[in-house]
Formats: sequence, structure tokens, C-alpha cells
Amino acid sequence: MSATELYDRLPDRGGPAQPLLTVRGLKKYFPIRGGILGRTRAMVQAVDGVSFEVRKGETLGIVGESGCGKSTTARLAVGLIDRDEGDIIFDGDALGDTLSLRELRRGIQMVFQDSYASLNPRLTIEESVAFGARVQGLSDPMGRAHGLLARVGLDPARFAQRYPHELSGGQRQRVNIARALAMSPRLVVLDEAVSALDKSVEAQVLNLLSDLRAEFGLTYIFISHDLNVVRYISDRVLVMYLGEVVEVAPVAAIWARQAHPYTRSLFSAMPSMDPDNRTEEPPLTGDPPNPIDPPEGCRFHTRCPFAATLCGRKAPQLRKIGADGHLAACHLHDPTSGHPKAGKIA
Amino acid sequence: MTDKLLEIDHLTVRFKGARTIHAINDLSLSLGEGETLALLGESGSGKSVTLKALLRLLPPKRTEIEGDIRVGGTDILRLSGRSLQRYRGGDVSMVFQEPALALDPVYTVGAQIAETVMRHKGVSRSEAMEVALDMLKRVKIPSPERRLQNYPHELSGGMRQRVMIALALACRPRLLLADEPTTALDATVQIQILLLLRELQKEFGMGVIFVTHDIGVAVEISERIAVMYAGQIVEEGTTREIIKDPRHPYTRGLLAANLHDVARGERLAAIPGAPPALETRPASCSFAPRCALAGPDCRAGLPPVVTPAPRRRVACLRADEAVPAE
Amino acid sequence: MTLTEPLTSAPAPEARKGYWAGVAGRLARDPVSMLCLAVVAALILAAIFAPWLGLADPYKGSMIARLKPIGTPGHILGTDEQGRDMLARLIHGGRLTLFIGLMPVVFAFFIGSILGVVAGYVGGRLNTLIMRVVDVFFAFPSVLLAIAISGALGAGIVNSLVSLTIVFVPPITRVAEAVTSGVRSLDYIDAARATGASALTVIRVHVIGNVLSPIFVYATSLTSVCMILAAGLSFLGIGVRPPEPEWGLMLNTLRSAIYVDPWLSALPGVMIFVTSLCLNLLSDGVRSAMNVRD
Repeated sequence: MSATELYDRLPDRGGPAQPLLTVRGLKKYFPIRGGILGRTRAMVQAVDGVSFEVRKGETLGIVGESGCGKSTTARLAVGLIDRDEGDIIFDGDALGDTLSLRELRRGIQMVFQDSYASLNPRLTIEESVAFGARVQGLSDPMGRAHGLLARVGLDPARFAQRYPHELSGGQRQRVNIARALAMSPRLVVLDEAVSALDKSVEAQVLNLLSDLRAEFGLTYIFISHDLNVVRYISDRVLVMYLGEVVEVAPVAAIWARQAHPYTRSLFSAMPSMDPDNRTEEPPLTGDPPNPIDPPEGCRFHTRCPFAATLCGRKAPQLRKIGADGHLAACHLHDPTSGHPKAGKIA
Repeated sequence: MTDKLLEIDHLTVRFKGARTIHAINDLSLSLGEGETLALLGESGSGKSVTLKALLRLLPPKRTEIEGDIRVGGTDILRLSGRSLQRYRGGDVSMVFQEPALALDPVYTVGAQIAETVMRHKGVSRSEAMEVALDMLKRVKIPSPERRLQNYPHELSGGMRQRVMIALALACRPRLLLADEPTTALDATVQIQILLLLRELQKEFGMGVIFVTHDIGVAVEISERIAVMYAGQIVEEGTTREIIKDPRHPYTRGLLAANLHDVARGERLAAIPGAPPALETRPASCSFAPRCALAGPDCRAGLPPVVTPAPRRRVACLRADEAVPAE
Repeated sequence: MTLTEPLTSAPAPEARKGYWAGVAGRLARDPVSMLCLAVVAALILAAIFAPWLGLADPYKGSMIARLKPIGTPGHILGTDEQGRDMLARLIHGGRLTLFIGLMPVVFAFFIGSILGVVAGYVGGRLNTLIMRVVDVFFAFPSVLLAIAISGALGAGIVNSLVSLTIVFVPPITRVAEAVTSGVRSLDYIDAARATGASALTVIRVHVIGNVLSPIFVYATSLTSVCMILAAGLSFLGIGVRPPEPEWGLMLNTLRSAIYVDPWLSALPGVMIFVTSLCLNLLSDGVRSAMNVRD
């Protein structure tokens, strides 16, 4: 079986203009329980009103620091955790309405950060890859598994019978990619999928991901904390802070101009890579606040150099700030917000 | 040239067990007083093992160590008992990757720092607490008086790492070993810790060995960089030399893989394959199987160490060849 | 577009053998475990084939030949207080003792594993319900619980089996729950769920294989305790009833002869001791043989 034959993908429905995935007002609070009866003590506001869309064939990068809710967003989109509120619409079909969870899972697959924890240690890798196809009743799961292993660069004759602990980290991540592809998904969520790999191996896997995207017409959601990697692989970038989206923009636009003060700090926190021009001043002080009890108003105002009294009272909404679909949630970019510096800072 | 604070001579470390692992193979390195050196390498390159050997933290029963390690002239491989205790935490101290694991959860932050100071300096408890408070101020922890009474779990990740640094520096070591201290931190916190370490290094004038896998971090923190691969140093030089004029094909590959200035969609010049398993002592260039420039001569024997400039070295037969057109 | 990168340094392809073959191999290299295995196997085989070993009738006593010492011709291990052959009674006694000692653990292994795996996998309210009920049983010491339940149900083999099973379900459930929730949080379970597989399929393919061995090892460590408890119940008269040969019961009836012939009356105790010690050491051996990982 050739690699392309392995792919029997769900047909396109809404045409190229319709986003492949639309997420609207997604909300997830995790209760922190305590005591014998497990009463709720507090709520972690992991994801709070997140909306975005992923266009067909694009790669959407999601960046943010730990606790910003990027992984939770991914797991909500794949249906691994139940959302409290919000809509998940896959190619025009709303989850729970015209789309069942099982159908959604056929269309979206996920690759996790920890390549070892994401493979069953007791199954050979061919079994792991074939499992999904078997569950979904696709034809010839084992042939499919072997074809995909070959496609991700692992010769089935040498590797199919091995157990995960017999492979290196890079090889295991290739298996995880093959496993995701075995379901012939249209959208693959890569949750820090290359972050744990050594740099030299990371580049190999990134090349592989680019090839697979072209070959199978895949759409990616690429979650990472490494801005260089996100810039390389993504078409658009979404920045999250404490469970909220603060900025969305095409890669070129956001590298040219970071509209939200948080995005700007995140970018200036990148090591300079120039020994003659090292970073001299940290862009932010302190750690990100705890998502259990996020600040009122704009969640970034406690660390923001431009914060005014308004920011502590009123939460800014995502609004258009550029022609190319550049969105940001900051009072600075809303001339009517009443922020003293509104519209004055580029 | 500065006095030698640290000299490692032909260090070899082997782990014995079901199979032998040749973790460090004939490694030599020197560090002057007040110098900051980054040990750059990927997982399994032996960078952390080198640090542990420096602190004598390797399990003696399973480890074979050959060679010489001298800190300020003292042969530390011969230290034992009291003198080893004085050496650890006194002359040399260490900052770990996971402060949550390296700090004792049952003592307050202040008590832990004070305890170390009392043990090494022989001062009273109240004097030691003064030192602890002073250290917390120096690592820029807000409201330090209150933080002295906190337990590690009550602090955020960045604060814990600051406490870890305060603890390591409390006895004014001459050499600070840092094992990926910012890897577990968020980007905006990482840069704060890096700048703090840079500032404290100037203030205290200590030598620093900073182990990292991230070139960007190495550039921010260090004056010199030693690149490790398969238990050996393949290239060493000033940070500027390594970044602007890398000679070893592995260093070049690492720089390319950092994606700092790669155009979108361009195919990455990835180093193929994976690092060797180190089950045998390398008899030829360890990087040759992955190297685009390797020829039969590279596989025939260990590469020569070329020294294009003072204190600069490259372990490669092709070090002098022109940088391939990119 | 193909990948031509050589994937070097893959671990040397060792002999393709399954996990259990590896465990058996490691166990075979452990002399203590092998000795214990031999003893336990011999005891079980002897118990199974007792009627065909040409032993004396374990029920037939003799008023003349009472309490013959060890080494008496015709009665190598002597006779008990009713003149019955000790060797025959000990070997026949193994049948009941081992049966009551092992079966409750087997039953509890199945029941506890199911409860624990379900509680650990499903989580939430169901977990709270199952685990709180388990905690109630945990509040009592196991000996007390076994005696209380047996006392309430009355003496007899079936009732002993039931009460001992009830005693061992809670600890196995707790271990199964802990192991399962650990596995449940790993990414490969999420990856399996993301394929659209049903909970039952995920449990069958991905959970069971990874939780069963630690639960099994724990259960084997309970067999020695169970044997002692079973013998204890019989000793107290709320287990097997006379004249059935059973080690605990024999220990009880021979108690009165302790001043006449202490060696003789200690024999059932020695059997209990040796068996439970061997079971314990064997389960330790199995545990370490299973732990070895790459």
C-alpha cells in the first residue's frame, strides 16, 4: 500500500472558505476538591471564553506560558475533556448537534509531548499504531500501520515488533505521529510534540511534519512555547495568557508588530542569540499569576507596563487592529476604551 | 590570563551495570577565576555527568573515574569525609533544574539557607538568619522578611529558583555549577533568572559552569562555550567565536537547528540520525556517522584537536575547511 | 519525497521474546525463588494426589496407637491424639488448607480488580462511592473482620471462603484503584480515547495489561496471610469442622498434647509456617523479576 492510499479521509464538506474547526466561547473550570466528601474548594479557570478558528490547510500556532490553558484548549478541541461551555464546530458540524464525539475523533487526532507516556509500554509499536484504525473499523489496520511506520521513517521490518522502551525519543515521536495519522484525520493537534526532543532530532521531526502536511493535505494546531519553532511551522499565531486569547495574527504580522503588551514581553524574553547584543533588562518581573484566582479586569494588568486603572476594572475584548486579521485584546488598541494612552502606542 | 580555578585533565567516567556506559571520554577543560562557561550539549552528551563528577555526586560503587579534577589546586577526586563536606557547598555549590525537588519541603526557606551558613561558616543562628535575609534581598525576592518564613511549596517556580540560587551562593562559593536551572521555567521567568545570575556572577566574582541544551541561553549567560557530544568536548571557544564562527560540523548543525533565522517553510538542515549509545569507548570521531563532511579518515581514528586561536579548540579533521556554502 | 536519514543507534535488536518469557527467565535465575517454588509446587501436587499416594487413612484412628512419637515404624511422623497417621493427615490437610488459603485470594483478586479498575478509570462519584465503602472495611483489622463475618455466618468451608474473600477484597481494590488511576493519567490512554474507542475497549487493550501485574503481585503476597487466617479460623472452631484434616484445626486438637510430645503437636504449625514463608518469598521474587525494565 502506498502512503497516499493509506489515507481514506473524511470528505470535505463546507468548501475551502469554511473553517475546518471553529471554537466559540470555550470555557473550562477545574474544581479543586478537598476533604472526605470532595467538596469544591476553588476553581482553576483553565480556559475562559476562548474563541478561534482554524482554516483548512493552515497551521495555527498556539503560544503561551505554563498555566495559560493552551494544552487544555487542545484537549477540549479533541473532546478528551468535557467543556463547561462553548461550541466546537468541525467543518460546519457542531459537536453534540450534528456531530458525535466519535465522528469528531475520526477527524481530529493529537500528538502529545511525552513520547514515552503516550505509548502503551506493553504493546508493540505496530499494535499501537493499528489500534485506532481497528477501533474505527478501517480496512487492513496492520497493513496501514506498516505503511505509515515506513512513511514516518521507521522501517517496519526492523521496528514494527519493538516495544516503546527500545526506541529513542525521536523514534517514539515518529510512532506517535504514525498513530495519529492511522485514523486518517483532517486536523492534527501537536501539543508540544517536538519540545522534549533534542534540537538536532527536533529539526528532523519538523521536516517530517512539513512533508506530511503537504502530502496528506493536513491542517495543524501546533502548540509550543518555542517561538522560533512556531514561526517556522505556523501560518497564524494565537497567544494565550491565563486562559484567555490576547492576540491572534498571521506570523509575519506578529513578528513585525506585537500589539498586546504581553506578546511583546514574550517576544523580548527570547534569548537574543547575539553575544554582542545580549538582553539587558527583563521584559517582565515576577511569575505569571495563579489561574485559580486570576486578576480582575484585564488578566495581564498586574504585570503590564502600560496598565491604567481602567485595566483593573474592565476586561478588554478581542478586536481587529489590522487589515490582515490581526486581533488583540487590549484597551491600548481601542481608541474608545478610555485608556489614557489608547491609540498612542503602536 | 586569569588563574586557573578549575582544571579537568583527561577525565573518563564509566558506569558499570548490565551494560557499561562510557559517559565521559577523555575530557579536558579549564576555567579561570570569575569566568562563565556554558557546557552545551544534548541529552546523553555527558554534560550533567561532568557536573556531578565535579561535586563527587556519582555513585562510587557503579562508577569508574579516571583522570584529574583540580579546583583551586586541590585534587578533589581524593577528598573524603570532612574535607569533602567542606568542599561541597563551601568552595563549590550547585543549582539544580528542579528547585521543587532540590529544596527540602519540611523546612522553611530561611532555615535551609541559615543551616548551610552555620555549617560552613560556624556562625550563630541569628547571624546565619541575617545572611539568609541578605541573600534573599540579593536574589531580588519581594518582601524577603516574609519569604524567610515560607516553605518551598508556598513559592512559585521562579521564586523557588531564586531561593535555590540564594542557598547556593550563601557561602560565597568560588565556583557555581548550574545544571539547566532555567529549563523548567517559563520564557519570561527564564530571562529574569539568567539576568540575575549574570549580575550575581559579576558581584560575587565567582566562576560559573552553566550546563544547558539551549544555545540561546548559553549566549545570554556565558563568556565561553564548550560544546559536548558523546562524552567529549568537540569545540570550545568564546561565545562570540562559537556563534559567529563555528568550526565543528556538529556545532554548525546545532546552530542551524535553533531555527533562529530560518525562513518559513524552508527545509531544515537537520542533523540526521541520533547520538551514539556509548556502549563502547569511541575509537573514531563519534559524530562521523551523522556528519555530512565525514570521510574514511574520520572513521579511521580519533580526530585531532585543532587550536585555531589561544584557548580555542576544535576536535575535527575538517575544522579548517571552508564553511560549506549555504 | 522519502526519508533517507539513517536511523542509527537503535538499541540492538535483542531476542524477540515476550514480556512474560523475560520474567520467567529472571525468576529462574533466582535460587531462593526457585526453591520456594519447588516447595509450594510439591505441597500442592501432594495435596492434589493425596488419595493415590498410598498413605494411611487419615480418618481411621486407633485407641492403642495414640500420640506415637515421630519416627515410629509405620507412622513416620507419628500419630495424633486419636491415633490417626500424622503424615496422611498433614498431606490430606494440605488439600483443605491450601484450598481455603488460596481460593479467597483468587476470588478477591477478580472482584477487587474489577472494582478497583472501574473506580480508577471512571473516577468521580463512582470512585468516591466504591472507595468509601472499601474504607469502611479497612477500619477493622483483618483478623477481627474474618472472625466477625465467620462468626455471623457460622462454621463451615463455604462460609470461611466467603468471609476470607470479603476480608481481601478491600486491600486489592485499593491497590487496583491506585495503579489504575496512575495509568489513567498517562497520555497513551488519552491517545486511545481520542481514537473513539469505547471505555471497555480502552480498559481491555490499554489498562488491563498495565495494571494486572502489580495487582497480581500484591495478591500473591496476600496468600500467606490468607493461609494463616484460614488456619486461624479453623483453630478457633469457626472454620473447618472435625474430623476433617486441616492444619489449623489439627493444631487446635493437638494443643492438649503439647506437654506430652511438643514436636508432634508443632508439626501442623511447621507446615503453615513453611508454606506461608515460601509463598511470601516467592511473591517477592516474582515482584522483583517483573520490575526489571530495559
